[in-house]
Amino acid sequence: MLDYILPRYRVERDKDLCIHCGVCERSCANLVHHVDEELDRVTADHIKCVNCQRCVVMCPTRALAITKWPQVGNGSNNWTLDALQDIAKQAQTGAVLLSSMGNPEPFPIYWDHLLLNASQVTNPSIDPLREPMETRVLLGSRPNVLKVNEREHKTITKMPPQIKLDVPIMFSAMSFGSISLNAQMSLAMAAKELGTYFNTGEGGLHKDLEPYADRAIVQVASGRFGVDPHYLNAGAAIEIKIGQGAKPGIGGHLPGEKINEEVSKTRMIPQGTDAISPAPHHDIYSIEDLRQLIFSLKEATRYTKPVAVKIAAVHNAAAIVSGMVRAGADIVVLDGFRGGTGAAPKRIRDNVGIPIELALASADQRLREEGLRSTVSLVAAGSIRSSADVIRAIALGADAVYCASAPLIALGCHQCQDCSSGRCNWGIATQRPDLTKRLNPEIAAQRVVNLIQAWNHEIQEMMGGMGINAIDSLRGNRLMLRGVGLNEKELEILGVKHAGE
Amino acid sequence: MLKHNVPREGDVRIPSGCAIAGMMDKSGARHDGNDILKSIALMHDRSNGLGGGFAAYGIYPEYQDLYAFHIMYESKEARTATEAYLDTYFMSEKQERIPTENVKSIKNPPDVWRYFLAPHPVRLNMSELDEDEYTMQHVFHINAVIDGAFVSSSGKNMGAFKGVGFPEDIGEFYRIQDYKAWAWTAHGRFPTNTPGWWGGAHPFTLLNWSVVHNGEISSYDTNRRYVEQYGYDCELQTDTEVITYLFDLLARRHGFSQEMAAHIMTATAWSEIDKMEPERAAFETALRTVYSPALVNGPFSIIVGSDEGLLALNDRLKLRALMVAEKGDMVYLASEQAAIEIICPDAENVRAIDGGVPLVIQLNSVAERKLAESAENRPEQIRPPRHHTGVVPPRRKEVVYA
Repeated sequence: MLDYILPRYRVERDKDLCIHCGVCERSCANLVHHVDEELDRVTADHIKCVNCQRCVVMCPTRALAITKWPQVGNGSNNWTLDALQDIAKQAQTGAVLLSSMGNPEPFPIYWDHLLLNASQVTNPSIDPLREPMETRVLLGSRPNVLKVNEREHKTITKMPPQIKLDVPIMFSAMSFGSISLNAQMSLAMAAKELGTYFNTGEGGLHKDLEPYADRAIVQVASGRFGVDPHYLNAGAAIEIKIGQGAKPGIGGHLPGEKINEEVSKTRMIPQGTDAISPAPHHDIYSIEDLRQLIFSLKEATRYTKPVAVKIAAVHNAAAIVSGMVRAGADIVVLDGFRGGTGAAPKRIRDNVGIPIELALASADQRLREEGLRSTVSLVAAGSIRSSADVIRAIALGADAVYCASAPLIALGCHQCQDCSSGRCNWGIATQRPDLTKRLNPEIAAQRVVNLIQAWNHEIQEMMGGMGINAIDSLRGNRLMLRGVGLNEKELEILGVKHAGE
Repeated sequence: MLKHNVPREGDVRIPSGCAIAGMMDKSGARHDGNDILKSIALMHDRSNGLGGGFAAYGIYPEYQDLYAFHIMYESKEARTATEAYLDTYFMSEKQERIPTENVKSIKNPPDVWRYFLAPHPVRLNMSELDEDEYTMQHVFHINAVIDGAFVSSSGKNMGAFKGVGFPEDIGEFYRIQDYKAWAWTAHGRFPTNTPGWWGGAHPFTLLNWSVVHNGEISSYDTNRRYVEQYGYDCELQTDTEVITYLFDLLARRHGFSQEMAAHIMTATAWSEIDKMEPERAAFETALRTVYSPALVNGPFSIIVGSDEGLLALNDRLKLRALMVAEKGDMVYLASEQAAIEIICPDAENVRAIDGGVPLVIQLNSVAERKLAESAENRPEQIRPPRHHTGVVPPRRKEVVYA
């Protein structure tokens, strides 16, 4: 059958600069480049290029650039070239379209419609270089009222377990299997250095990560891979994953070819078998079942670890979150529709779920109306792109954020959306030893530490500008936000005023 | 839509600067209003004629067991409606117009009345609330629902006297030199806008609490959304209002001492907590964790009055001025040292209040009683939020577009 698929990208090679050194050929796991010794030229098989930009960065003479394939569509805004290509692919294979990373479609990004405040005259800004600027956050459930002995400075109420973050940013769940051990190791080392946490995802905790276990949030998802009492007790907190922003309502599938010996041991499944996480947890068909799982995990860890529950931001998220808190969740994680993934059906990634900004604002408000907000921690995820997004999320009501794409980009990810192929040239989303060795955890961890420290400096500067010296006073402080270009309904849901009001 | 022609306090949020002053006799002996008037008048330039007021404790000893409501009326109708409401929910021992003086600079004063009230026993019983909570909810109701009526104070044996004008003119208007109190606080306001509304002037009060405040807190919305979970209505959108509610929540409802409530609002820095021995660090960490949204941020100096005495507090970074001085049983507080020295030239122990360190001035009798009491806080039963339990489904709050 003739394949109608066109290349997506075109490799532009400057013939004057190219020295035929072959670095591009050796860099590319997709076999795009070829140094043809006989004809004395370097060729490219454009259709194999995914635009990961490894060759562009590696080329010693800067001879390479990747451009869009110049083929035009017929000009229709309805039958675009992309739409035609998707149909061609499905006509060829009869399969569900797979893709990776977060939803790239042009839906509104509410972060970009929210502006921050600063002090002028009536109230001084605070200089973070001169005054303490506190970004520490504790996550866990807490009582409404604390009983203490004031004279002896003792707490009488027994405090539920908390985890302590020195920066309000954690690394979201990415399993060993979906990413390489080196990538996980990099995040674990960075989390330790930064005083925050990484998340094992549904892949178990590899023995090499045990030294960083106190910085791990161990995930329990529908496949229950890698879960045993040791795993649960090793981490700092436990997270039950109900859903993920990139693919709400469906499970996961790690193909057998990625289940090598190490992955097999860590996940506790036979080598070479597909690892299938069912769409629902088959012991959670309702909210009361969630309560049983939460308390099973608390029992298994003798009530020493906070239990988080993560859901994808869907239409009724606010009410579901309220139910999760009543079911005993200590930390609620909301993952927006732009959240990334290693592999998801494209139609689901691009069409299911709602923006995190709206879900977060409505969940925070609902929890307040129910009188529950101060008893639980709320974590926002699903495309936090900069320190300003962190500030916005906290001002809307989050205690902290999870981010994954940003630290992966720090490691080298270029968001090429081809994770599922297993040929990640940056050594991140692959298990091929020749590729994973490209990622040096020491150096990679330093890049992540740099990124998050830079963000934290920026957060402190912006807080200082607002006249706030502790992140506690930013949480839910929606007066620090103003909307631009939003309609009344959007402003109402976000609980912010329009700029100029 | 705004409720009034000119946007008022509550319709908009108005940043202000201020002068504050306070004086108290720890022995409980009462002093007239001349000194406090002199003290606040000296700081004339710190206010701009758009708000001034006083709170006085111990002024109504003959009615000390009754709630003393000071109510401002803008119209006859407002008074009729309010009095009908009070008749339903309270029993009035005495009601009268508060004596005032004509002062040239005071324009369009409202009609100010006072009522000495006890909650209606049957209704109080039916409400299943305690006396204070019952009274507080009715004060909220009058302020929110009855147009043109505003309860400016509602405590026992205390009262607030406030309005639009320079504080010295307001003092003269209310003839505060005729009252005798063991504690006085005063406020002169420098709002950036012109609310022109008497209810918006300070001190802000609730039950026995009165707060005078200088500053603009940057944690306002965090604090507001926290207290609103527990039934406090931040109608006025002012810092003073939300600080008062925080004190009420922490001290009255959660049972902490006022000092601990103030400590929670200006929590110890993490860098300090990290240096403490484990048990103390656990205590401070627990306070910061549970009461994280009660942390007050940004510049402020406040004087909180109550039946126990006065409490002075500065923000953690000490971004606003507040001085204290003593002389025998007298304690003086003011934004400026000169405002203390003009009424007590030989005051001793003159010093600035430290940032984040509450200064508690208790009546000697209260201090003795507290010493004998347990140091454990006794929170009142925290009621779950009200849910609809009737037979009719709750009304949906949907906007109907006509």
